[in-house]
Amino acid sequence: MTRPAAIVLGCSAGGPEALKTVLGGLDPRLPQVVLVCCHTGSETVELLCELLARASSLPVIEAAEREPARGGVVQVAPAGYHLLVERDLHFTLSTDPRVNLVRPSIDVLFASAAAAWRDALVGVVLSGANADGAGGLRELRRLGGCAIVQSPDGALASAMPQAAIDRAGADHCVSLDAIAPLLNRLCLP
Amino acid sequence: MSGTPDDPELEGIELDLFVEAMRRRHGYDFGQYAPASLLRRVRQLAKDFGDGAISALTHRLLHEPGLLPELLEGLSVPASDMFRDPSVFRALREQVLPLLASYPQITIWQAGCAHGEEVYSLAILLEEAGLYERSQIFATDLSAKALERAREGIYPLHTAQQWSRNYLAAGGNHSLADYYSARYGLLKLDRRLRRHVTFAQHSLVADAVFCEAQLVLCRNVLIYFCNPLQQRCLALFRDSLVRGGFLCLGLRERPDAAEAAADFAPVDASLRIYRRIDPAAGERRP
Repeated sequence: MTRPAAIVLGCSAGGPEALKTVLGGLDPRLPQVVLVCCHTGSETVELLCELLARASSLPVIEAAEREPARGGVVQVAPAGYHLLVERDLHFTLSTDPRVNLVRPSIDVLFASAAAAWRDALVGVVLSGANADGAGGLRELRRLGGCAIVQSPDGALASAMPQAAIDRAGADHCVSLDAIAPLLNRLCLP
Repeated sequence: MSGTPDDPELEGIELDLFVEAMRRRHGYDFGQYAPASLLRRVRQLAKDFGDGAISALTHRLLHEPGLLPELLEGLSVPASDMFRDPSVFRALREQVLPLLASYPQITIWQAGCAHGEEVYSLAILLEEAGLYERSQIFATDLSAKALERAREGIYPLHTAQQWSRNYLAAGGNHSLADYYSARYGLLKLDRRLRRHVTFAQHSLVADAVFCEAQLVLCRNVLIYFCNPLQQRCLALFRDSLVRGGFLCLGLRERPDAAEAAADFAPVDASLRIYRRIDPAAGERRP
């Protein structure tokens, strides 16, 4: 398998807690691009970034338009905008209509990332209360990417990981605690 | 063949051919649109007007000129909300309008007005500041169909609650309900709000300066453009603005890397409100 160049993570309800566990367990030497799409009710992701940064082994910032997707830092989709990755690995934002009733949508991020990185991408679906992410994960797998889904049994909200498994399937369906070690193994040389 | 092609390369070719056909057949150039979001829109159109194949949509684009307005609508700025990002409208109300008040005649250009939600928000701000009688708003969009919708000023009623909250958070003096009537699940804005608005088709890709404005609003439009087109638009806005005139962009836009950004100084950088300066005359960004 191609060594991944990027990791995309999606979640909603129960997501911030799950993200803390995953980002806290990542090896700080990971060179990969790490992108997060987490549905929040808030108008900005400033607090989410702060919260995650405290737990994460990598810095956490909001993804900005026209910026390159950089390694060694976690970049979070801004509230109210879809985050897309261009083929030249820069970010584009969009205020196009909600997808699956949400914006940012995990499906939108995952699908554009899949087209950009193809088989050099790992997608992770965590706790969440709706089905966003399932379509994107399906697209990601179709283009050769590797899908990790948090085991619905242990998830704070199981609908999102369950929908991902039902509609996309998974290369790894593991408990929350096992996700970071798995990512480290897949991603470190 | 239907749905998404198996190969993103193949889909990339189909998108390029669609853009080429649009440019050569109808003269609209989407070559400088950010590809990832353009692809999403074209895919959606391919589903709405066919079996999902972009090449089939291109065929229709070439052979059915009547389809053009629908396609342009699907490719242009998406709908907004009234008083979206209330803090921005509050800043316009409190910081910008008092300065605009010094002009005998106030000209405002909103570029990429979509369905007009923010145009009418501006009209309400001006009305409540007592400035509307000497104001003229040019609201432009690429899409004639979007402009038609904007002219009507009719929106789904379920938006009213959120828009009312936005209006109040933006410092509204009354109740948003004073400006609309509700019927059959629709919200219809008071036609009087339209009295100083001119809706017109204008392309940020191809068209030139057409007015001298004290304020240009263009929110969440340039996010769809590649850097050279973003630069073109900022230059267009600069050339449309009087010295000291205001520019208001979307909250997550990043104009700083563009060359024309040197001609603007931030009034409130976090709200993306800027003023036109003249570096040649010794004016500098603070």
